[in-house]
Amino acid sequence: MLDLSKYQSIGAALKDALDQFAPQVCLIESDRERETERLTYRDFKERAHPLAKALQDSGLSTSSRAAIIMTNQSKWLISAYVIFFSGGVLVPLDYKLTPEEQWQLLKHSSASVLITEYPIWRQLAASPSRSSTTNLKTVLVTEAPPNAALSGAHRWEDFAGAGEPAFIPRSRSDIATIVYSSGTGGRPKGCMMTHENYLEQCIPFPALYPLWPGATYLSILPTNHAIDFMLGFFYPFVNGATVVHLRTLRPEYVRAVFPKYKITYVTLVPLVLKNLHKGLQTRFEALSPWKRKLFNALVAANRALTRSRPRVGLSRVLLRQVHEAFGGQLRVIIVGGAFTEPQVLRFFYDLGISVANAYGLTEACTGITVNDLKPFRADTVGKPLPGMEVRILNPDADGIGEVCVRGKTVMSGYLNEPELTAETIVDGWLMTGDLGRFDATGHLQLFGRKKNMIVTEEGKNIYPEDIEAAFEGLPVKEFCVFAANYIWPKHSMVGEQLLLVLHLEQGQTLTDELNREISARNSRLLNYKRVHGIVLFNEDFPRTASLKIKRNILAERLAQFDRASAILPL
Amino acid sequence: MRTIDQTTQEVLTLASKHFQVPANSLAPDDDFFKKLGIDSLQALELLSRLENHFGIELPDYEVQGVSDFRTLASRIQSRL
Repeated sequence: MLDLSKYQSIGAALKDALDQFAPQVCLIESDRERETERLTYRDFKERAHPLAKALQDSGLSTSSRAAIIMTNQSKWLISAYVIFFSGGVLVPLDYKLTPEEQWQLLKHSSASVLITEYPIWRQLAASPSRSSTTNLKTVLVTEAPPNAALSGAHRWEDFAGAGEPAFIPRSRSDIATIVYSSGTGGRPKGCMMTHENYLEQCIPFPALYPLWPGATYLSILPTNHAIDFMLGFFYPFVNGATVVHLRTLRPEYVRAVFPKYKITYVTLVPLVLKNLHKGLQTRFEALSPWKRKLFNALVAANRALTRSRPRVGLSRVLLRQVHEAFGGQLRVIIVGGAFTEPQVLRFFYDLGISVANAYGLTEACTGITVNDLKPFRADTVGKPLPGMEVRILNPDADGIGEVCVRGKTVMSGYLNEPELTAETIVDGWLMTGDLGRFDATGHLQLFGRKKNMIVTEEGKNIYPEDIEAAFEGLPVKEFCVFAANYIWPKHSMVGEQLLLVLHLEQGQTLTDELNREISARNSRLLNYKRVHGIVLFNEDFPRTASLKIKRNILAERLAQFDRASAILPL
Repeated sequence: MRTIDQTTQEVLTLASKHFQVPANSLAPDDDFFKKLGIDSLQALELLSRLENHFGIELPDYEVQGVSDFRTLASRIQSRL
């Protein structure tokens, strides 16, 4: 790996990586069974420089904010490199958001450049939320069909300047990216990450997950997500490794890519891991009785032999067919973005496929703790990464309290939100809102959330406050959205759900018509943001002098109800 | 050439078979995530099955944000 302690910025490190690893393959793009792109680090640079020149000529300069809304593909990374090379600030946005939400974040971030894919731009351009109030000056779209209406955008592929672009240096404390961790309704939370955050985050990785030229990382998590940005871009690039992108996430094509490209590492969200788990279990159950017996014996042997540490070479021999299905070179599946159930982790570990369960927050760059697999523990999220200080604030009798983090990877704050920043980073400590404790061996165990927030299995953070806009104008006296586990604290990180609390008008009942109205509004939300049930509350909501709902007090009152009987399914 | 109504009907029939629910329980305007209680991966599985049936290729980005059968059918129809 490049010696990142010597670098001041992401752009400077990547620039050197492109020269140092010039003949190595840096990107492979595959669409179903077709390989559509294969670039060396030299090719990458040759694609990037004309784009950098053209963008610089059109005004991209120091501290310009440039947004990317793209699925995982080579042009995402080329565009991001160009932004860093030109001294700009990258604003990676989620392509899965609605056009309205994307416009809101484009405005909030004051981005002057947008780089996106044609189908996404088509939706953005047609959205009623598009207005002249944004700061956008240049829009580039990739893969637009020949006769497409570009609505003021330029074609990415044709946007090339002649001559060498200027490299703009940045310093470690400058803002490198604005990453939206969640929140699109009332309060977008744009984490301002510095160059130092990323450079420092990478430093402990080689000891845990070494990469080298020729090693392959399968990039499946959206690259706008902190984890893939780090593990599917910056970290492999500074090691000269290869990143593999898929243009489809259909499970059958994802499976085929492991043996095809001999994948070394992949990061998955728990939902995808669970799906793999289910698929493998079904296949094992279909084995004939004696084969299954033999297989179970091999799994038991593997479990016994890997009790103290993984022995991947041995496991590959013992459980050859399983490992060949994963390409035979897979070292570790990293699972992040949300909590994974221990039995799923155990299942894979027993097959000799290590799943590194880690814990991180966008606000802390990527990772805070990670399982070092010595020995494997399914019940914890591991130990703090070197350089991270983690402590438990106000522990109760069981040692459980709020997890707080300090280190060089903690963001500098939320964009345009000084108060929220002051609440979140106190004396240099990032308050995570997660409840946890350390066990005797220094492993962190998580037990739930202190905040009125849920994290879905797909790794999305949802603040119920943001969902309320969808129910605005509902014909009831008042309403409020809560995470069920916030009302009834449950020592669990899984099975979270959102609830709509209704205070009906006097004499009003929950009619079929009202139910239909709620369902209709609910269905307009993206599926992972939907409310699961209704709770009826017959008193006025407690409010502050400025009429904001006192959520914590309302939650305490709701907690008096019996959870099972209070929730009416929607 | 199928009409959009025929395509919609075939989508509903295939979805009901794939997820083993009664054929008459699904309607064109139903939200398939909610009605079938499925996640995004299961929706992608359904998509693969629909592609095989109609003999088309439907890129993931074409169905990004689609959650009802009628819109899904119209995306398929445009590629027939």
